[in-house]
Amino acid sequence: MNGRASRREFLLTAAAGLGLASLITVKPAHATPASMQEAIGKIVGAARVNAGRVKLDLPPLSENGHAVPLGVSVESPMTAADHVQAIHVFTEKNPQPDVATFHLGPRAGRASVATRIRLADTQTVVAIAQLSDGSFWSAKADVVVTLAACLEDA
Amino acid sequence: MRRLAAAVGALALAATAVAGEIPSSERRSGYDFMSRETRAMQDDDTANPAMLAVLEGGALWNRKTGAANRACADCHGDGRTTMKGVAARHPSFDAARGRPVTIEQRINACRVDRQQAPPLAWESRELLALTAYVAQSSRGAPVAITVDARTQSFLDAGRATFVRRQGQLNLSCSQCHDDHWGRKLAGNVIPQAHPTGYPLYRLEWQALGSLQRRLRNCLVGMRAEPYDYGAPELVELELYLMWRARGMTFEAPAVRP
Amino acid sequence: MANALINVPKTAKRGEIVEIKTLVSHPMETGYRRTQDGAPIPRDIIRTFVCTYNGVEVFRADLHPAIAANPFIVFTTVATESGTLEFHWSGDKGFSVKESATITVP
Repeated sequence: MNGRASRREFLLTAAAGLGLASLITVKPAHATPASMQEAIGKIVGAARVNAGRVKLDLPPLSENGHAVPLGVSVESPMTAADHVQAIHVFTEKNPQPDVATFHLGPRAGRASVATRIRLADTQTVVAIAQLSDGSFWSAKADVVVTLAACLEDA
Repeated sequence: MRRLAAAVGALALAATAVAGEIPSSERRSGYDFMSRETRAMQDDDTANPAMLAVLEGGALWNRKTGAANRACADCHGDGRTTMKGVAARHPSFDAARGRPVTIEQRINACRVDRQQAPPLAWESRELLALTAYVAQSSRGAPVAITVDARTQSFLDAGRATFVRRQGQLNLSCSQCHDDHWGRKLAGNVIPQAHPTGYPLYRLEWQALGSLQRRLRNCLVGMRAEPYDYGAPELVELELYLMWRARGMTFEAPAVRP
Repeated sequence: MANALINVPKTAKRGEIVEIKTLVSHPMETGYRRTQDGAPIPRDIIRTFVCTYNGVEVFRADLHPAIAANPFIVFTTVATESGTLEFHWSGDKGFSVKESATITVP
């Protein structure tokens, strides 16, 4: 707990130095890999999460954390018997871990979605595919997030 | 005496060369300094959030308003064709007002004079939408500011603001954007500051904004007092920046980080 | 004045997988920001996006504050028959925007 608190202080001090403190308040104690695991646990329960079959497209370096393009595709025949039911996206350092859930099905034709997400800091993003046979597959990607040099007064 | 005069003359020439403008062959849009993903966002009209404002602007263009109950379309027809090149030629001289006006000021002048409607506030959703709609019609056109006897003094004033050291950091726009473009400032690349894409969707703002918003943003970043929206200094600076970008391709509505 | 942009091909072959791109105007206020005076700005986001194809739901997205402002969502659907695709965004403060597009599948 102590280590986490001092890192938070460091981040907020650094943020204040950049003039960010007035613009962003990061809710303490939620932005952790542990809370992301908890959120993933709510979806998968006790089932095993396999690595593979999921392709997560994110730029390794993002110019601005406000809008980071994200693409997820899953290898699947997308038939009634064998398809992706949902794709769940999580982050580890945002104020809350859930990003989105995309509900698919055989009508999708292929399991492929894209959107733009917010990343509060350099961190890992995880995508979990929930298949019709009850199995879960995942992929993760690391994104370095840079901040704007000159901020505007609100 | 002649040698001294020559030396002073050479020094004066050297001073203007150092603070000189970027040669036209080296002029590059901010687009060139962006990441692949941000460029893709600008290139795809179905992914560029600024196109939402263009859509809204089109609706406003066709809506009757004001005591005159007139729509922009009633005089100007289909803005997508009649407004071609217009934004790429602004700021332009307004004879009635005796000074150059920006495209936003031109839109408001029409509202007040022709539609008998109140002017729209700077950075209001409606003014941004109309500006985006008009600007998008100029996409692809070359930036072409008219400089003549009427506009010369305003251009000179704009250039003076661009090269003048300002604020707590005692920085001029020119020092970053003429002398150090392409280098990094806290992780971001310094662009050449050509306003070829305004109004634009700035990821940092999470919204569409005008050139004047960006200029005020820069001044705040330089720890200088930002001029008010519509202030003569900002209009003159816009005029100079657009002249400095002459010949470049207008690309509104752009996306920037 | 909410508005949205939809990109759907006007025609497609039967069985062809078509890509649909959607963009909707919304600030997606996270609820984590504060004003200059320190007052919290309440959360105001789109929570759900649904696409139906001739009345049948073919795609749904549950959104959280981590989705960027002016949500951009791209997904696919199989062109099964001619008809209407309807899109519905709903969220906080009673936000509700509907758009539709027709597709011809000869």
